[in-house]
Amino acid sequence: MSRIGVFLCHCGENIAGTVDPGKVVEAANRIPGVVHSVDYKYMCSDPGQNLIREAMRDKRLTGVVVAACSPRMHEPTFRRVCAESGLNPFLCEMANVREHCSWVHEKSELTTAKAIDLVRIMVEKAKRNRPLFPIKVPVTKTALVLGGGIAGIQASLDIANAGYKVLLVERDPSIGGHMAQLSETFPTLDCSQCILTPRMVEVAQHPNITLHTYSELESVDGFIGNFKVKIRKKARGIDEKLCTGCGVCAQKCPLKKIPSEFNAAMGMRTAIYTPFPQAVPNKPVIDKKRCTYYLKGKCKACEKACPAEAIRFDQPDEIIEVETGAIVCTTGFEVLSTEFFPEYGYGKPKDIITGLQFERLASASGPTLGAIRRPSDGKEPETVVFIACAGSRDPAKGIEYCSKICCMYTAKHAMLYKHKVHQGNAYVFYMDIRAGGKMYEEFVRRAIEEDGVKYIRGRVSRVYEQDGKLIVKGADTLLGAQPVEIEADLVVLATAMVANSGAEELAKKIHVSYDSYHFLAEAHPKLRPVETNTAGIFLAGACQAPRDIPETVAQASAAASKVAALFSADELSREPVIAVVHRTAPPIFSICEGCFMCEQACPFQAIEREEIKTRDGKLIKVVAKVNPGVCQGCGTCVALCRAKAIDLQGFTNEQVYAEVMAV
Amino acid sequence: MKLGYFPGCSLQGSASEFDESLQAIAPALGLELIEIPDWNCCGASAAHNLNRLLALALPARTLALAERTGLAEVLVPCSACYSRLILTRHELDQDEGLRRQVSEIIGMEYQGTARVLNILEVMGQIFQDGLKGKITKPFEHPVACYYGCLLVRPPKVVQFDRPEDPRTMDELMKKIGAKPIDWAFKVECCGAGFSISRTDLVAKLSSKILADAQRRGAEAIIVTCPMCHANLDMRQEKAEKWAGRKYSMPVLYLTQAIGLALGLPEKKLALHQHLVPVSFPVKAKPAAKAKAETAPPPAGQSEE
Repeated sequence: MSRIGVFLCHCGENIAGTVDPGKVVEAANRIPGVVHSVDYKYMCSDPGQNLIREAMRDKRLTGVVVAACSPRMHEPTFRRVCAESGLNPFLCEMANVREHCSWVHEKSELTTAKAIDLVRIMVEKAKRNRPLFPIKVPVTKTALVLGGGIAGIQASLDIANAGYKVLLVERDPSIGGHMAQLSETFPTLDCSQCILTPRMVEVAQHPNITLHTYSELESVDGFIGNFKVKIRKKARGIDEKLCTGCGVCAQKCPLKKIPSEFNAAMGMRTAIYTPFPQAVPNKPVIDKKRCTYYLKGKCKACEKACPAEAIRFDQPDEIIEVETGAIVCTTGFEVLSTEFFPEYGYGKPKDIITGLQFERLASASGPTLGAIRRPSDGKEPETVVFIACAGSRDPAKGIEYCSKICCMYTAKHAMLYKHKVHQGNAYVFYMDIRAGGKMYEEFVRRAIEEDGVKYIRGRVSRVYEQDGKLIVKGADTLLGAQPVEIEADLVVLATAMVANSGAEELAKKIHVSYDSYHFLAEAHPKLRPVETNTAGIFLAGACQAPRDIPETVAQASAAASKVAALFSADELSREPVIAVVHRTAPPIFSICEGCFMCEQACPFQAIEREEIKTRDGKLIKVVAKVNPGVCQGCGTCVALCRAKAIDLQGFTNEQVYAEVMAV
Repeated sequence: MKLGYFPGCSLQGSASEFDESLQAIAPALGLELIEIPDWNCCGASAAHNLNRLLALALPARTLALAERTGLAEVLVPCSACYSRLILTRHELDQDEGLRRQVSEIIGMEYQGTARVLNILEVMGQIFQDGLKGKITKPFEHPVACYYGCLLVRPPKVVQFDRPEDPRTMDELMKKIGAKPIDWAFKVECCGAGFSISRTDLVAKLSSKILADAQRRGAEAIIVTCPMCHANLDMRQEKAEKWAGRKYSMPVLYLTQAIGLALGLPEKKLALHQHLVPVSFPVKAKPAAKAKAETAPPPAGQSEE
């Protein structure tokens, strides 16, 4: 027979102001199974907690119901009180008579009656509680970081410096990401590569970091602390151990006109190539879609030239299987190409370029060695028009969000251009200038006031070519939408930052949700910004939403600290509110019929198949089994199970029915 | 192909050559046009600035008549009429209450079953089915395909071609042997409704269109809208005066160009009704042709 104690908290006036405590206590005393009922001004205070301790000892309570605030507030407090006094903490329940009752109703008889109902419901649940024990899960103290841009580099270094192993996987031949492509960075105008490349080298040399470039995630199984990951290491076509990175192969390669991805098609590369001189690792790859040998079966110029004899045309892809305890996804973004814009010529005019392409023109390591020269004829442009919000903030283009970095980099571009071409004209068409950030607004003002960049508030309706010039037609909305027409030599579109193509496939692989723009979704936009809804998987950087470098780095460090916290214990402890499959003695073993509807319904891949065998190994039947490490206790399988073979611990069907019947 | 036909006022007046040339090519293309009985003004350019219900009721009556005649598709050659009819259909589709109100006003049940087609849609469909053998005199001229503002806009309503750089007419022109030029003024404003009241504006806007077409070597501008035609053809002299240069640019309706390619006589296509004479540079001068081809300098502009 249950011996339940009911403890009603006044919460000062918060509860007692509208609910009559005396009546609740009196009514609680009459509920069958309740052997003790008492009220107190602040149940969470020390004297209040002592009331519970004493009652447990004196009345030999088998269950506790605290009628007070939301369980999100004080359930841990009262469960701890129970645990300290020798009662299993999961035998303690809270009836929420504050948020669900006293705060939302006027003082009246009915309010008190509702409070009594809420207490009665929880007493019925408490009577049916069973002791539960936290689930322990071992942790593999290796982190997988997906993406080797600045976010992945920062996260890897932070985790590695905390003393844990890191596997950094990068899709491209080198780490560095978009930041390696940038010329100078706002608002300080320090050289992007100068601050990034030391970090890249640190990654390569760190004893705790294993780097897999030119590799992609194949699959992820398992759960927090125990992920099983397959990585496809794409064949580089060279033996990395023998290759010295001398670069003779690229010099000898006869194909020299392939648009370079790193230079955003502003420069050319060969078929065997290292993306840029500071690449990490500094080892080339062969572009199999372009290489003459792979296409036509002859050439092998690189093989003949290689002094280290490192070329391996027949090298296969390699699948690497690893176990990791956490995953940090830092897969970054793409910028829209100029082809997206019909009003700006569908990418046909060569002198209409994206901001990223302008970065390569302005970069000292770029194809023009930092001289601003337009792509069509290599002339120095006398007039450059920068168009902000190209695609962004435009519902008609399906991109309603602000790409966030464009205001700043457009100011930077205009400034860099003016620094290099003093007599040149720089115009910026903008909607609003969004320069929130440390020294950001000052930076934009500097572009306008000191460098004489002409800012025009308005949109550009059309850009077309005419006699070697680009005619930019727009409106100046600060002058009453007066039409503006500018003859430009170069037009730079601050195209929108969009999710990586393939972001949704990646999201499905790692079981993370994504938003309507295909950016990966965090668990909570404010309070859990680097966690995902899948335990053990974290996010950082622009795979989540448009971000600039400082924000990305801050987020990467945040994700790394989450990983370090996870790895700081040998075992994970989880609340045992999970589903369990019914098991019983032979000859029934389990009422589960093995239909595995639950397997399909489970959003977390927590359902496994278990074979029940006789002692001599003969298969009796296959039943469902819940992996306690993965199950999040959502209860979807419980609702679907036709045989009622699955139940949720702590929220069993029996308990929920009893709660409903108590009303 | 059997279609309902809504000529509108323009095709019976200032743009009668559009109607005549359409009627002339229809038999050759296997196109049977059934004029909507007792059709009325679409209300273009005036009604929608004054009274929303009137602007909806006028096209709705015509469409209801088409429905009553059992026409599932209606060809509306004039761009302004097309715009009014398709906008009305779109708005009445969205709002059941409005549909009932308008039905009451016109004293007829409007159901919204009759689809509204523009001339490019219809020609595109006919040409897709093949015209091989019917093109007896290929229209071998560099032409500027001018769509005007209304045919492709607003994109959500018309859902036809690409709003900033449409291609349907260019494809049609290629099929009759012409060489559509790549130019920037396909959908720019010609001055449209200001043809009577603000001819100075029309001169300025149309002049820019004519100038770009000429600069890039077009020998004719092809249009589908009576308004565009009025501004580019009738007001060309005024545009020339404004710009201080000669254009002498023939402006043809799409149907006239097709008619010429089909080998129909000029008279039947009513080419003589234009104010700018329809004449082309003599073919025997390859130098002139070469110049026309190399005139547009933009690099890398290959045809798609």
